[in-house]
Amino acid sequence: MTAALALGDDALVLSHRLGEWAGHAPVLEEEVALANIALDLLGQARLLLSMAGDEDELAYLREERAFRNVQLVEQPNGDFAHTIARQLYFSAYQRPLYEQLSSGGSAFAGLAAKAVKEVAYHQDHAEHWTLRLGDGTDESHERMQRGVDALWRFTGELFEPVEGLEIDWRSLRSDWLESVSAVLDRATLTLPAGPQSGAWTAGAGRQGIHTEPFGRMIAEMQHLHRSHPGASW
Amino acid sequence: MAAVTADQTAQAGADRPEGADKALEAAFDAAVAADERIEPRDWMPDAYRASLVRQMAQHAHSEIIGMQPEANWISRAPSLRRKAILMAKVQDEAGHGLYLYSAAETLGTGREELLDKLHAGRQRYSSIFNYPTLTWADVGAIGWLVDGAAITNQVPLCRCSYGPYARAMVRICKEESFHQRQGYELLLALSNGTPAQHEMAQDAVNRWWWPSLMMFGPPDDASAHSAQSMTWKIKRHSNDELRQRFVDICVPQAEALGLTLPDPDLRWNEERGQHDFGAIDWKEFQEVLKGNGPCNEQRLTQRRRAHEEGAWVRDAAVAYAEKHTATHTAARNEEATA
Repeated sequence: MTAALALGDDALVLSHRLGEWAGHAPVLEEEVALANIALDLLGQARLLLSMAGDEDELAYLREERAFRNVQLVEQPNGDFAHTIARQLYFSAYQRPLYEQLSSGGSAFAGLAAKAVKEVAYHQDHAEHWTLRLGDGTDESHERMQRGVDALWRFTGELFEPVEGLEIDWRSLRSDWLESVSAVLDRATLTLPAGPQSGAWTAGAGRQGIHTEPFGRMIAEMQHLHRSHPGASW
Repeated sequence: MAAVTADQTAQAGADRPEGADKALEAAFDAAVAADERIEPRDWMPDAYRASLVRQMAQHAHSEIIGMQPEANWISRAPSLRRKAILMAKVQDEAGHGLYLYSAAETLGTGREELLDKLHAGRQRYSSIFNYPTLTWADVGAIGWLVDGAAITNQVPLCRCSYGPYARAMVRICKEESFHQRQGYELLLALSNGTPAQHEMAQDAVNRWWWPSLMMFGPPDDASAHSAQSMTWKIKRHSNDELRQRFVDICVPQAEALGLTLPDPDLRWNEERGQHDFGAIDWKEFQEVLKGNGPCNEQRLTQRRRAHEEGAWVRDAAVAYAEKHTATHTAARNEEATA
């Protein structure tokens, strides 16, 4: 089921990236917050991947070309502003997406109804940090703007229709743009002007075309599991 | 509640009647003897306060540094279920650090000050976290042995004479016992798994057993703070008593796991009704405490780096709060004058 893989991989990969922050966060409260968000996403990933097959087989035994996540979530953490920009873009996408799914009669309705509460919290967290960093010091403003600019090119892919998802993609996109523009504006930041996808076609991640850092990420993620074929843990 | 409050202390300080300090100290001693809890506003001897700050800071630092050896395996956890458990555990440790820094702050110190001392190497953290996690099984060994030792140490602290510390320990011990069971279950799965998994589990237990026994601190005859801490009821049992209790708990658990403990001298002593066990390498312990353990440098460097690299984020949060509090206050003042 392509849709379950697409949504499940988004959550799995972003959760993994957030897990890399453990022990490195700028304040203890953020150790708790980032791990909390990572755990929510991992929970979503497990439910979604289980709809598509065996969660561990799917997470640990697929190769890079078989992953269906958007490229945005696989981007390396960078500095805290970069991580927050990624979180802002993704949570502003995931929230209206799950809102739409929760009100429809699809197989995802139950899961989306639960996840939308978590995602509202994630979005709140990302928005508050966007405000603090954008409207904090000169340095934080500059770093936040850099993060927002650098990741902008990966946002177009979010609105490429996914087979099997009953979503009004046009309204999803306008909801996303509205909430992102509003928070960037309040944070004294500028909405990036460039294209929302690189010269590469948008939708590449959904087709299993990823960016270079992703291969290294899954090599690390899968190494132990693959070293012990057939073992249970 | 202890008998003497800070208000009385202030009064006593103001006119300093003859013997006032003696009276305060006698009241404090009586409160401790009666198993009453000392609270932040109560009078307490300076040395009691200093000793608690030292112990609680060290405890908080251990939670924070202790995130590192386990976080080392988050990105490589071999199943999604195990990954979720490990992430939740590391998150809990950050939370425990927060409780403990708050508890320490009731004694008139600040989290920033304590972290600065940790980063400068002026306050310690548990020696155990200077050992590396080399395989996935180490995550299980840490849960079973390291958390097990921590619980053995910490359960009596739930009855510690200082109220805020005792209450923090009640919350922490509940979560720690959960982690310990999860670590045990992880090792059990490995021990009952493939031969390679079993070997991985045994190897981890071999490497973590002795460092875990060192967590109880130096032997009683060499423990600098023990006697005073016991009189003050900060501590309830001696290092050697707790260590013995831990060994006696672990032996049957190791048997149930199908793993051995790496001590040829370990055997049941019918007469004592306890296990005899081999000599601990106190030279190694001293070296680790002095900063010469396998990971001391790495742990402190990572902690310092996280703090330094996060400075601009903390500065931004402060600047933002100041700006917006100022705007808020200005608006309120305008309203008031209008």
